[in-house]
Amino acid sequence: MEYQVVRQDKISIVRLSGDIDLYFTPDARRTVLQCLNEKRGVLVDLSAVTYIDSSGIACLVEGYQTAKQRQLSFGLIGVSENAMNVLRLTRLDQVFPIHDSLAAALRHGG
Amino acid sequence: MNAVMMLLAELRFPARAEHLQALRAAVRTAAQQCGCDQTLTEQLTLAVNEAAMNIIQHAYRETLTGEMILEIHNNGTELVFRLLDFAAPVDRDALRPRALDEVRPGGLGLHLIRTVMDQVEYLPPPPGVGNLLQLRKRIA
Repeated sequence: MEYQVVRQDKISIVRLSGDIDLYFTPDARRTVLQCLNEKRGVLVDLSAVTYIDSSGIACLVEGYQTAKQRQLSFGLIGVSENAMNVLRLTRLDQVFPIHDSLAAALRHGG
Repeated sequence: MNAVMMLLAELRFPARAEHLQALRAAVRTAAQQCGCDQTLTEQLTLAVNEAAMNIIQHAYRETLTGEMILEIHNNGTELVFRLLDFAAPVDRDALRPRALDEVRPGGLGLHLIRTVMDQVEYLPPPPGVGNLLQLRKRIA
């Protein structure tokens, strides 16, 4: 897994790529929570994610709930087919705000 | 009549998260060999990975010391995955999936395994083995 964080004024874009599994999820979790600790909303870009397991999904759920508690925005953008299939299996595709692109997410206020 | 089980792959590895990638590669290769499409291949990979994660996290309690064995069989109509570990016997009653109504991190692995697989059961382990989990999926 690799990640990249782009910080904008009120929002951080966390781009995850590769396999988000039990080995790499701690890095992804730390990155997402750190961005929320900076009091910015978070958009997680999953377009380059080739695989995600339940630990990776749990990291996204924790980010979503933490953002909600702190009244910050949280959403997913460019969700890859493999990642979307797992979100559907867990029915979380109906919970997370999901946007096709960064531009679409920003139009909706992040 | 019992179906003939062909052993497609056998993998013994340390029960640690960094070895899950090799497990996934073995499952993908076997599923593709048996003609599974990409969606089913990825679902099987996910389910077997989740079962192995449970062994690492719950059977071995993330002690980083144990090993596990993955066997992948084809009996002609099903792919059969067997995961053997050498940990203490697990509480099988605790291995029930949680309801999805509540949105919270964790507890999704068993739901994924049971959603993807046709049958999930513990078999009596052979001598020297702690737990033997068998997952079956019809492919033909």
